[in-house]
Amino acid sequence: MLRYTIRRLLQLLIVVGVLSLLLFAWLRSLPGGPVSALLGERATAETRARLTEELGLNDPIFVQYIKFVGRALSGDFGVSTGVQPGDPALDIFLQRLPATLELSILAIIIAIAIGIPLGYLAARRRGSVLDNLSVVSSLIGVAVPVFFLAFLLKQVFAVDLGWFPTAGRQEGGIDATRVTGFFVLDGILTQEWDAAWDAFVHLILPAVALASIPFSVVFRITRASVLDVVDEDYIRTAESKGLTTPVIRRRHVLRNAMLPVVTTIGLQTGALLAGAVLTETVFAFPGIGQALAIGFERRDYPVLLLLILCSAGVFVLINLLVDLSYALIDPRIRTRGGGH
Amino acid sequence: MVHIRPVRMAALGLTAALVLTACAESERGDDGGDAGGQTGGTMTFGTEGAPKLFDPFYATDGPTFRTSQQIFEGLVEFKPGTAEAAPGLAESWENSEDGLTWTFKLREGVKFHDGTDFNAEAACFNFERWYNTTGAAQSPAVTGYWQDNFGGFADKKAPSLYESCTVSDPTTIEVKLTRYTSKFPDILGLPSWSMQSPTALEKYNANEVTQQGDSFAFPEYATEHPTGTGPFKFERYDEANGTVELVRNDDYWGEKAKLDKLIFRAIPDETARKQALEAGDIDGYDLPGPADWQDLEDQGFQLLIRPAFNIFYVGIGQKNVPQLRDLKVRQAIAHAIDREGLVQQMLPEGAEVAENFYPDTVFGWTDDVQSYDHDPDKAKQLLADAGAQNLSVNFYWPTEVTRPYMPDPRAMFGFIQGNLEDVGIKLNVVSKPWNGGYLEDVDQGKADLFLLGWNGDYNTPDNFLGNFFSDPNNRFGTGNSPWGATLSDELKAADSEVDDETRQGMYEEINKKLKAEYLPAVPISHSPPALVIAENVSGLVASPLTDEKFNTVSIGS
Repeated sequence: MLRYTIRRLLQLLIVVGVLSLLLFAWLRSLPGGPVSALLGERATAETRARLTEELGLNDPIFVQYIKFVGRALSGDFGVSTGVQPGDPALDIFLQRLPATLELSILAIIIAIAIGIPLGYLAARRRGSVLDNLSVVSSLIGVAVPVFFLAFLLKQVFAVDLGWFPTAGRQEGGIDATRVTGFFVLDGILTQEWDAAWDAFVHLILPAVALASIPFSVVFRITRASVLDVVDEDYIRTAESKGLTTPVIRRRHVLRNAMLPVVTTIGLQTGALLAGAVLTETVFAFPGIGQALAIGFERRDYPVLLLLILCSAGVFVLINLLVDLSYALIDPRIRTRGGGH
Repeated sequence: MVHIRPVRMAALGLTAALVLTACAESERGDDGGDAGGQTGGTMTFGTEGAPKLFDPFYATDGPTFRTSQQIFEGLVEFKPGTAEAAPGLAESWENSEDGLTWTFKLREGVKFHDGTDFNAEAACFNFERWYNTTGAAQSPAVTGYWQDNFGGFADKKAPSLYESCTVSDPTTIEVKLTRYTSKFPDILGLPSWSMQSPTALEKYNANEVTQQGDSFAFPEYATEHPTGTGPFKFERYDEANGTVELVRNDDYWGEKAKLDKLIFRAIPDETARKQALEAGDIDGYDLPGPADWQDLEDQGFQLLIRPAFNIFYVGIGQKNVPQLRDLKVRQAIAHAIDREGLVQQMLPEGAEVAENFYPDTVFGWTDDVQSYDHDPDKAKQLLADAGAQNLSVNFYWPTEVTRPYMPDPRAMFGFIQGNLEDVGIKLNVVSKPWNGGYLEDVDQGKADLFLLGWNGDYNTPDNFLGNFFSDPNNRFGTGNSPWGATLSDELKAADSEVDDETRQGMYEEINKKLKAEYLPAVPISHSPPALVIAENVSGLVASPLTDEKFNTVSIGS
């Protein structure tokens, strides 16, 4: 188990390394760049050339890459040119990560809390009105683009009804103390309940919009997987052993049906980040997704590079955690000591 | 059972991130004073982005200038609602006979927010600070405004407009220039030349800009301790939330701010800004899209339309297609474009057809210029006369951008494209993102026709014409025509003419030639940008320079 974990971590490093090279080359091969973003329409051919030279953008790409790796190894990932110009890219990542995590965690919680019970119920009452309704709603969840849903939720619940704020993570006037960067958690830790509540209220609409992505998948996989499991021989065996229905459902059906669901949740984190780019933009939510969108528009190479690399790293890491969590759910994997 | 696992997962994630971001920045500040406020209250204003930093000397972006306008003041300020220079921290000034020495009489009894006195020494300290910039801060990305306005630095690598600043007495300074320029002292009204506290500048290492990799890092002063004399004081910048908080300066020498607190909140998406206003989350925002103006007014919001202080033009690049160096061809392009129609159909109310390369409120403007009416037949005739019936050029237009002078690039491009094709010009259309190749290609002379413009900084013709055509190696490639160098010389001569009347004549002459003889681009329109505020906000005076001060603003319940 330990060797397996170490091997997977090494793989992670290689993935990040190769990806960094590809990203670095790709970003710099895009037309335009930070020089335009920095100078705007004030630029002249002369200042443009001077700045390009000063920033080292005339060097061959591999020279630029080697310089970048050299600095990166000492913890310097460059300084933002567009998202928050002048701030170290790493600071921007660390500052915005809690925002996106807060949002994603709430979205996942919503998706799981609704998706799994609903999937289970739908499977048990297959063909019922509930089943049909939830299948249709999950299809809508897949089909409607997340930015549209976000926009719609915002227009109705924030603008028209005024139940929720339209933008941001917290009201500007609230005098909140920052401890961890997770605004809700900070409010709880410092007992600034108004700040915690305000931050939580700001999370709800974007989280619901974002949850539409994992919800549909979690729901459908749960439903399909429960349907599969109830037909298995071991369920019939359990029934013939004389076990009560609740015990069978809890111990045999749910537990076995959960394996693919957990995998799915893990894989959905990637989709969540993609969704966060759109959701955060609609809700002016200062997280990783918004930084990616602004960074791309302004060709902020250091920030884009670091954010994409870290997101890829997190993605690979989560997949590793998913594999490891199999062991917790399925004792057979635990005793065998490996993945499958 | 099903519910337990996610909670545990969440807890795990939270803990992990807690370790990752173990940086506490506790800043529970006091809520500002309660003395002297007439109305009080907090106003939240939506902005298109967070400020890059707070030291206006290093700034190039709108959000930074907007914030610094509240915190700082310059020797010269612009009269509210106009682009006219007026006394600021200097009560008056006079120029010497030769036009090289400017004597400023300073306002007495003014203090910076940190208690430091504003006096002649402090003023000269600021001039010397700008002039003695060294190292990474000399990059055009950092001190671009200094280089545009004053040229080089103390190390004399490039000629500088500035020579020295001397203290005559505690309230009088003498600023010596190396040559006369019509821009001075108006340029001192730019937020970049705000007076900053010498004590704070030194204490927080204001000059230590460093280059890191392919960007620049700024010192503590610029990020956390801007200290000026203005009606608002910097309270804090909550970067994680994208909000800047300013509080009233109760010791302000002039008209004290009515608001207790002014919050600038970054909402980059335009639709999101509109919705935030509609929901009451913010009390106003900058640059509502013209398409939303009517709707906002119908909903009872106050739309403040600024006087248009910009120019939108169709640029003609002479570098690659020799036919474009023929005046007749450029005139054909001018006659082909239906400027009147474009202004009526594509631009907001208040927009005007441009006859000069700057608006009529600027010195030297004249209506005695050759106007190019929309006349497709004449355009075709001119093309035929020039032997350019088969003219084929590329036409660049930008995506991922709106500018005050160009609210809808796609639609405006489409309109002009139709005009040009109607007279038989073959267009090879190139669209690129603004920062993703558009500006780069245009600046490098790759575009034969392109859409661009300029937002004025201050009220002198040189701010417009000088920036466009002074260097013959410009985006229009005027250096490819024999008159390119002439135009450049004429502009420099006009700018350094001391006598107002003579100078006015010179600029009128240039404006005439620009239309009749040179035509390096076709001026299209001046388009007014707007601000929108909630019904209960009053006292905001829209400025053509988009540099509104909020001390006169009050907010009702």
